[in-house]
Amino acid sequence: MFDWKWDFVWEIMPRLLVATGNTLLAAGAGYAIAIVLGLVFALAQRGPSRLLAFVVRELVEFIRSTPLLLQVFFVFFVGPQFGIRLSPWTSGMIAIGLHYACYLSEVYRGGIESVPRGQWEASTALNMSTIQTYRRVIIPQAIPSSLTGMGNYLVGIFKDTPMLSVIGVAELVHTANAIGSEHYRFLEPLTLVGLIFLAISLPAAGLIRLLEGYVRRKLGM
Amino acid sequence: MTQSFDHPLEITGTPPPMVSFRNVCKAYGSLVVLDNLNLDINAGEMVSIIGPSGSGKTTVLRMLMTLEQINGGVIYVDGKPLTHMPKHGKLVPANQRHLRQRRVDIGMCFQHFNLFPHMTALENCMEGPVQVLGMRKPEARARCEELLEMVGMIDKKDQHPSRLSGGQQQRVAIARALAMRPKVMLFDEVTSALDPEVIGEVTEVIRKLVSEHNLTMLMVTHQMGFARDISDRVCFFYGGKIEEQGPPSQIFGNPERERTQQFLSAVREAI
Repeated sequence: MFDWKWDFVWEIMPRLLVATGNTLLAAGAGYAIAIVLGLVFALAQRGPSRLLAFVVRELVEFIRSTPLLLQVFFVFFVGPQFGIRLSPWTSGMIAIGLHYACYLSEVYRGGIESVPRGQWEASTALNMSTIQTYRRVIIPQAIPSSLTGMGNYLVGIFKDTPMLSVIGVAELVHTANAIGSEHYRFLEPLTLVGLIFLAISLPAAGLIRLLEGYVRRKLGM
Repeated sequence: MTQSFDHPLEITGTPPPMVSFRNVCKAYGSLVVLDNLNLDINAGEMVSIIGPSGSGKTTVLRMLMTLEQINGGVIYVDGKPLTHMPKHGKLVPANQRHLRQRRVDIGMCFQHFNLFPHMTALENCMEGPVQVLGMRKPEARARCEELLEMVGMIDKKDQHPSRLSGGQQQRVAIARALAMRPKVMLFDEVTSALDPEVIGEVTEVIRKLVSEHNLTMLMVTHQMGFARDISDRVCFFYGGKIEEQGPPSQIFGNPERERTQQFLSAVREAI
């Protein structure tokens, strides 16, 4: 029935493991960008400048309403027409980081809005500046309620890294595809890629849940 | 609403009133909450504000803490404008910088305590001195431990608010406000959210403040007995105005206005 070849599995494993490293790197770097940029987007939407808040709001809506694949293509292929020539990796990180920054900014916004107004008032009564209030009072309390969403998007960004294969980032799906084309065998590489994704996603989700509990306890909530 | 009054750049006097509301108006849309409020509070004075709900009592404190913007008039603290700042010899609405400079004189305690839940009692108290006043941690710790001792919370200093009762949280909140060394302390219904049996521990702390410290205090309260005991002056608010004010003996013993009499007899019946 299945023509599964273990020899072939062992032969291609090293390449797939290197590609796993690339996938993790892409997901990690993209997530790092998204985490920071997402906070910038969330705060900009609450900042004093109405114009900036409007522009960021529309940008977030626009990016959330269009496919990631299109954005990846756009950065990589349309960029050069405007003189912005970026490597596949750089383009990929920008596209996926920006995309997930928009989703994370909504998570942060929800978290920030869940902090009771009395916390702002107590901060004002202590004469804290807006920045001090965010840094010391609001964001530490927004983190626990944001963790679930942040964890979901970490797994999400990991599963979306194959999108970068279309512009030639040598992550798992790209590598499996290349192996398949070279050997005219797709069963083993693609199955293995699926199993690798599963083997990383499932424990990651569990770990995130553990981390959530830990942070909540740490913050005394 | 926005009649133009000539407000001075500074209130002179020896000494000037610690807090001075001059023609202050506050409205939410078409709902007028405070209508041309004039109120002076002297240094070291303890003033209680009583009145039915919706009479604007809490708004008075919130405006003074700059939690609410005012729609007209000027509030002065220690003779200098709080809500406004001088510019080309005239008063203009204050910017954030001015507010931060002037707010240092005022501290406030809230009905729902509003302690920072992710910090211990001691950390709550140290937050302002360290972050805002730039005090060194050992010095801030010493000051805050002394204050927690004063409010009887020193043995709980390393507890998070979630582990403290309402009365304990409110006492920590008082210590936290005092750690900033304000000249004026505002108490906004600080016992209203408390279980009856712990109200005493909070009022005890406020009594201690009145007798041992020369703070200027403004308190909104529903506890008439407490207001009568410790106030130098009681203001009865009705419909966004001061209906009647005077020493507690007059307001509680022999109120002149009918509305004051009605309010007080209604409150007494409730007890």
